[in-house]
Amino acid sequence: MAESQKKRSGTLKKVLARVARYRLSIACSLLLAALTVTLTLYVPILVGRAVDLIAGPGRVDFAGLARILATIGAAVALTALSQWLMSLINNRITYQTVRDMRADAFRKIGILPLSYIDSHPAGEIVSRVIADVEQFADGLLMGFTQLFTGVITILGTIGFMLSVNPVITLVVVLITPVSLFVAAFIARHTYDMFRLQSQTRGEQTAMIDELVGGQSVIQAFGREKKCLDDFDEVNERLRRYSLRAIFFSSITNPSTRFVNSLVYAGVGVCGAIIAVGGGLSVGQLSCFLSYANQYTKPFNEISGVVTELQNALACAARIFDLIEETPQAPDAPDAAALKNVRGEVAIEDADFSYVPERPLIEHLNLHARPGQRVAIVGPTGCGKTTIINLLMRFYDVDRGVIAVDGAPIRSVTRKSLRASYGMVLQETWLRSGTVRENLAMGRPDASEEEIIAAAKASHADSFIRRLPQGYDTVIGEDGGLLSQGQKQLLCIARAMLCHPPMLILDEATSSIDTRTEARVQEAFARLMEGHTSFIVAHRLSTIREADIILVMKDGRIIEQGRHEALLEKGGFYASLYNSQYAGLA
Amino acid sequence: MRKLLVYMKPYRKECVLGPLFKLLEAAFELFVPLVMAAVIDRGIAQGDAPFVWRMGGVLLGLAAVGLTCSITAQYFAARAAVGFCARLRHALLEHIQSLSFAVRDGLGSSTMITRLTSDINQVQSGVNLTLRLFLRSPFIVFGAMIMAFTVDAASAWIFVIAIPLLSAVVFGIMLWTMPLYKKAQAGLDRVLGVVRENLTGVRVIRAFNQEENEAARFGADNGSLTRLQLFVGRIAAAMNPLTYVILNAALIALIWSGAWRVEGGFITQGAVVALVNYMSQILVELIKLANLIINMTRSLACAGRIAGVLETEPGMAGGTSEGPADAEALVAFEDVAVTYPGAGAPSLEGVSFRANRGETVGIIGPTGCGKSTLVNLIPRFYEATAGRVLVKGVNVKNYDLQKLRARIGVVPQKAQLFKGTVAENLRWGRENATEEELIAALKTAQAWEFIETREGGLNAPVEQNGRNFSGGQRQRLTIARALVRRPDILILDDSASALDLATDARLRAALRELPDRPAVFVVSQRAASLMHADRIIVLDDGKVAGVGTHAQLLESCPMYREIYHSQFPKEAA
Repeated sequence: MAESQKKRSGTLKKVLARVARYRLSIACSLLLAALTVTLTLYVPILVGRAVDLIAGPGRVDFAGLARILATIGAAVALTALSQWLMSLINNRITYQTVRDMRADAFRKIGILPLSYIDSHPAGEIVSRVIADVEQFADGLLMGFTQLFTGVITILGTIGFMLSVNPVITLVVVLITPVSLFVAAFIARHTYDMFRLQSQTRGEQTAMIDELVGGQSVIQAFGREKKCLDDFDEVNERLRRYSLRAIFFSSITNPSTRFVNSLVYAGVGVCGAIIAVGGGLSVGQLSCFLSYANQYTKPFNEISGVVTELQNALACAARIFDLIEETPQAPDAPDAAALKNVRGEVAIEDADFSYVPERPLIEHLNLHARPGQRVAIVGPTGCGKTTIINLLMRFYDVDRGVIAVDGAPIRSVTRKSLRASYGMVLQETWLRSGTVRENLAMGRPDASEEEIIAAAKASHADSFIRRLPQGYDTVIGEDGGLLSQGQKQLLCIARAMLCHPPMLILDEATSSIDTRTEARVQEAFARLMEGHTSFIVAHRLSTIREADIILVMKDGRIIEQGRHEALLEKGGFYASLYNSQYAGLA
Repeated sequence: MRKLLVYMKPYRKECVLGPLFKLLEAAFELFVPLVMAAVIDRGIAQGDAPFVWRMGGVLLGLAAVGLTCSITAQYFAARAAVGFCARLRHALLEHIQSLSFAVRDGLGSSTMITRLTSDINQVQSGVNLTLRLFLRSPFIVFGAMIMAFTVDAASAWIFVIAIPLLSAVVFGIMLWTMPLYKKAQAGLDRVLGVVRENLTGVRVIRAFNQEENEAARFGADNGSLTRLQLFVGRIAAAMNPLTYVILNAALIALIWSGAWRVEGGFITQGAVVALVNYMSQILVELIKLANLIINMTRSLACAGRIAGVLETEPGMAGGTSEGPADAEALVAFEDVAVTYPGAGAPSLEGVSFRANRGETVGIIGPTGCGKSTLVNLIPRFYEATAGRVLVKGVNVKNYDLQKLRARIGVVPQKAQLFKGTVAENLRWGRENATEEELIAALKTAQAWEFIETREGGLNAPVEQNGRNFSGGQRQRLTIARALVRRPDILILDDSASALDLATDARLRAALRELPDRPAVFVVSQRAASLMHADRIIVLDDGKVAGVGTHAQLLESCPMYREIYHSQFPKEAA
């Protein structure tokens, strides 16, 4: 408890530090808010005085009335102006804070270690950058203004009312809080119903997701009726819970309105009785009545604002967690740029694990001479991609050294290291943009001819031309209208365009059909000529030409050598290889 | 849209009673200023204290009746909205289930999921709010004006001017800002898209050293979003000050003209107070109405999209035939062609072959050559646009769809399991399969090894979409599911792709030993998976490039040779 209290006050400090640059604007905003509220409250008093000047036939003071009405006009104009200015200032503070926080968060994403990004679902980080920031700004800044105006409205109203008549003020002050209690009471009792509703809704959404995604299977097995029955059960439950949640929460408004009416009636009767005794004028009574109408409003708002503020603070804490996350170790200050890479890669006595308790790679040694082809083989999920993570320095080894051309990769800039590799990953990733933009990602300066040449070399040119706008076709996030195979061809072309000295291919061709694959292999062979390459693949036939084969199992490298030598050894590789021909015998 | 109203039918009563009670409440609210006027003119002016108390009682009575009416109205509105949407959701899912594969491909799963979830939720809140507020707000606005006329017609003209002015400001600003807010939302989506891309594509972005470019892209989107938000904010910020000015100008006019009327003895002081009260009621309701309209347009858009899905034709009707007990050829294709709607060229054409009991047919060819299309014609997931597909000698179009599909065990490309237990998933194949049968199917599918050792065994839980199993395990479970059915025809649509080669080989051997001797169709890109088949069909761009056994095709089909050589470079010689 104390811990969370401490964290909360820590967050609050950071929030204050962040909005400090707006302190002048905030001060202005608060000043204008105070002015707006005071004037708004003053107008009913003026109206009341005006009404008193219209006592009856022959008892109307037109001169006095004109003066009061003119004052009202001036007050109203001033209120409107200050209200408008306040909104503008608040907007500026809110949106600029949002913008700056998002920019900070995004900058952080660019330098976060991959271990952080790999271990946090993308959706979660996105929701921090988008939803949490929004909620923070709305909740905290707007909530604060609302709280402030609310409090001064209440205090101001009480002050004005006291100055007119203490007895009626007492009536208002005593009855109004009832509406707060009513609202809180209803909220407390509907909380469980809302929880049930959202739980059931979640259950139903998951079910819908599954049913729609598995529709083909459902039809194939004729399960439509059965699935619909299961769905109806959840649907009916949701209907019941929703009805309860919606109905009980919708009682709040009528109930607070009822309390409001009680206040109104109380003021009306008390005021009239006092007026009968001459203690109050009709104008003052009408002023009280309009106060009675508005007075409960800030109370209802404030009760909402408190939860909103707490919520906003929680959002802020989540954003700060992201913004303050330790970034990856920066490049060494004296880091050199790799230049004219020959492609000699050496891994010496390297240890690595994702989780300290579970050692993964231990004492790994590997020497790839320039131009050699290294194949990484093993069953699914054996950790083949780990090697890529280490070579590209997405992760750092825990012990040992990885060196390119004799230079330890920790001593060179990440930028130059990564620029030395052409990488085609298993999960084809394309950014939203045109085909051309995607191809030229690594080399924005590439000429049209170079782009087309790379596309042709990777057999992507022909299908690109068949797309609606050819090279200018916009592909959505995640590739949109392209098939898996086509996406891979684009990724290959993208890597080809860069002419990298070294290559990393992660099962790159596994979902392209073998015929296209053969052609791509051909193109790659041409490209790989004289370049060191690392290939992760299932198909033994595609890698048996490799100079070095790393055989991996359960995250460890268990065998290493050439195809023939490994076969002769009769180990894991041999059994893996022979199994392909089981059907031939 | 009319199509949706059908589902409201059982709630007709609620739809009438909800707004009706809401109107009653509003009517009682409109009496309050009149009562207060009476208090002032008779109670205070004549010093009649008992009258004041009586009127106090009347105010309380009005409040109590108002509360009752409004709670009743809320109940009916909630009931109608929730009930309507539950029925709509059921109907929509049922309709989606009836759609043919081709129609569903056109819609896309994420669309259907959005329609079933967030769109319907939006409609629900829209219906609820509409039933509650749509009549109330205009009623109060015009009611206040009419009451003003009953109080003093000469002063009421101020209402006639003020109401349109206020409406113009409120609705004008709303109409102006609504598309801008939509644009801002699109801008936010863009910012969100960039963030998401930078997370999902983090490796590629870092590999290509794109961090700075991405930061610039984000900065640009983020900046233009902020500018747009500030712009909309400036317009929206004018709403409150403007309406405040108009309202108070009307009040000043009301008091001034009221003063003349009182001076002339036409109306009383209390009447002026009543007029002032009516004026202040108008603004609140107009703003509520504006918000309601925003909400309603959003809901209507969602409703329109839902109706769009409901109006799509299912695309295919089944016949009535159950098929003969036995026939010599289990499956026969006669010059079959398929052209997908909107496609320029057929995806499959001129396909003819037969498959008998116990035979294995392999289908191989490059991506997009029509392999899946071909096997999907057998259970009639898609329709042949020319030629005939026969199962046991009967055209699939004449079959009752359920009866046809009951004979076929399909293992689709995407290994899809459902929440429940392993046994429940397997029994999709056949409801009354015994445990022994399930285990036998698992053994054939090479899945028993990991189910046997798993906690719970056959009753081990399967999470949504089977995500607690690996890709290879899911594939083997889906194969077992199809085997449980003991089908006449077994279709494996590239369903061993995630298996390592050794397991794949064992699976093939086990399938050959099946006691029911089904006709097996194997779609694959691996020559090793189907080269022992009785017949291999080689497809290239929708056309048959060769049919025959492995040995025959090596002789006669250059395309097959090319595929085979690419996978077995040495043995080819």
